[in-house]
Amino acid sequence: MEKAALSSPPPPTLMTPPLRSFRQKIAFRLGMGVWRADQQFEGYLFLLPSLIGFLLFVLAPILISLALSFHEWDLLTPPEYVGAANYTELFTNDPVFGAVLKNTFWYTLLIVPLQLVLGFVLAVALNTGLRALRWYRMLYFMPVIASIVAAAMVFRFLFNQQSGIIAAGVWQTKELLLGLPFVQASPQLLDSVQGLAPPDFLNAPGQGFLPGWAIISVTLFTVWKNVGFTMVVYMAALQAVPDPLYDAAKVDGASGWQRLRYVTIPLVSPTTFFLLVVQMLGAFQLFAEPFVMVASSQNSVALASESLVMYIYRNAFGFLRMGKAAAISWILFAIVFVVTIVQTLLQRRWVHYQVD
Amino acid sequence: MATAARSTFQAQPRILWGRLTLHLVLIVGAFIMLLPFLWMVSTSLKTQTDVMRQYPPRLIPETFMISNFSTALTSLPFDRFYLNSLIVASSVTILQLFVSSLAAFAFARVRFKGRTLLFYLYLTGLMIPFPVLLVPNFIIVRQLGWFNTYWALIVPTSFGVVSTFLLRQYYRGLPMDYDEAARMDGASSLRIWWNIILPNSKPALAALAIFIFLGSWNDFLWPLVVTNSEAMRTLPVGLSTFQGQYLVRWELLMAATVVALVPVLIIYFFAQNWIIRGLSVGSGLTG
Repeated sequence: MEKAALSSPPPPTLMTPPLRSFRQKIAFRLGMGVWRADQQFEGYLFLLPSLIGFLLFVLAPILISLALSFHEWDLLTPPEYVGAANYTELFTNDPVFGAVLKNTFWYTLLIVPLQLVLGFVLAVALNTGLRALRWYRMLYFMPVIASIVAAAMVFRFLFNQQSGIIAAGVWQTKELLLGLPFVQASPQLLDSVQGLAPPDFLNAPGQGFLPGWAIISVTLFTVWKNVGFTMVVYMAALQAVPDPLYDAAKVDGASGWQRLRYVTIPLVSPTTFFLLVVQMLGAFQLFAEPFVMVASSQNSVALASESLVMYIYRNAFGFLRMGKAAAISWILFAIVFVVTIVQTLLQRRWVHYQVD
Repeated sequence: MATAARSTFQAQPRILWGRLTLHLVLIVGAFIMLLPFLWMVSTSLKTQTDVMRQYPPRLIPETFMISNFSTALTSLPFDRFYLNSLIVASSVTILQLFVSSLAAFAFARVRFKGRTLLFYLYLTGLMIPFPVLLVPNFIIVRQLGWFNTYWALIVPTSFGVVSTFLLRQYYRGLPMDYDEAARMDGASSLRIWWNIILPNSKPALAALAIFIFLGSWNDFLWPLVVTNSEAMRTLPVGLSTFQGQYLVRWELLMAATVVALVPVLIIYFFAQNWIIRGLSVGSGLTG
């Protein structure tokens, strides 16, 4: 009697619904297991405005864009089916596209690490309990809220070869060097200093695969614009690191650097991962920064700084090649997609999620 | 006691010097962040010849040319640009909060067939960068007859999948008992949304509103593509056309950027905590 009672199966709990077949499991996963008869209609009613927008401005555009990339269309004459010609043109017969890909590669490679490292260093510096924290935070964050177009116009002026302040700085340095006695003593040094002149910061292309001044200038502007955001996000993450961990590390004799390396950096790694993904997406989509800082007309390509999105814009609205613009869009999407997937796969190796 | 007092006394100079160096580095950094703004204001007040004579650079102008501002402001309708930006950014903020709050309520607290499937579909939409959909969106807007109207500037940007996603996360955190109790008393879902969920999510809505408003205010690519008349331009697009007109009249260009930036910076100065919080919440990081 007693034995039978013990061996009987435990009663089913409310938490785990008895799922038998694969079909039932899938249905549950898709939210069909939790629906309520009286809320069917309501759910869609609440969703309706959003759904219309989603269909019209997200789903439909995806389909249109895919179809468009296999057509040639100038908005005036009817579209013409051309197969994969837009894609083959981009990869075999378009030297500009190669330059655009190279530029985008350098933008991402330069902007993302600079923003992450500078933002992190600033956040750590401000997190030491300075009384002036509010003022520093306000000043460093100021560029973030400024309009990109207005700020880019200011930087276009700063980097101008003729009347910019950075060029003036180069001239000033030259004069300073010429006045030094040891420079005047050596003819070789004097020669090289005499040849010093500000480069064309906004249009100078790089040699071979290297980035030119144009890329560096746009990079400096973008980092100036965004580093405050990275800093604020890191500051929030640093606040969340529990103090006892630092105390424990201190008791164990860890130096300041070791505490940073073995406590802080691992604990903020989820934030680093988030910022890395967001900023890489941002770098691939760079448009207003190089467009306003460098480009002077709609129809001529600024080879040294042209970004992917600028090239989409130019093909669509400058050269009226809608199909080719759509094809470039899909290549952009493919790059973003692959990079995001790779990052998500790699995160397991270095991102440290805290287990409570 | 005495030794403890002495050790703190000895430790102090080191800490003091460390602090000073830190401040020094941070002040130099802050100066670099501030310099473009200062140079912008300074240039906007200089004469044309003063700007051209770049060397040596002077932060304080020799003569103050206040007339740069009137020249810049009368050559293009900046008041109209401001008005357009205000109309567009406010409408987008209100509409997007409304639409995404309704959708988020459905996703978080209404149980209907296909909810999870639809939500995954939205998440996929989240992954697609806007420039990828630029050309087809332009074609759709043109087909609807919205080209160069407020409709084109406002409606397509009012369906933020991001804000739907963030609000859903927030709504899921509110206790489900609220809804159940209200339903017992015979309240409809609409009432629950309006009288319970919305009042309880004011901080989230406010932060999101700042994020949406600033994003719309500073947006450049979409307004550039869907407008072509001076009367429909928003501030960023208007500024960029002004740049095309006065390529090397730096003092006028800088006067225009001062007009565009300074009001925003003044608001930022007074509401910085709200704005910083809004931007970090809107980017999906902190709740």
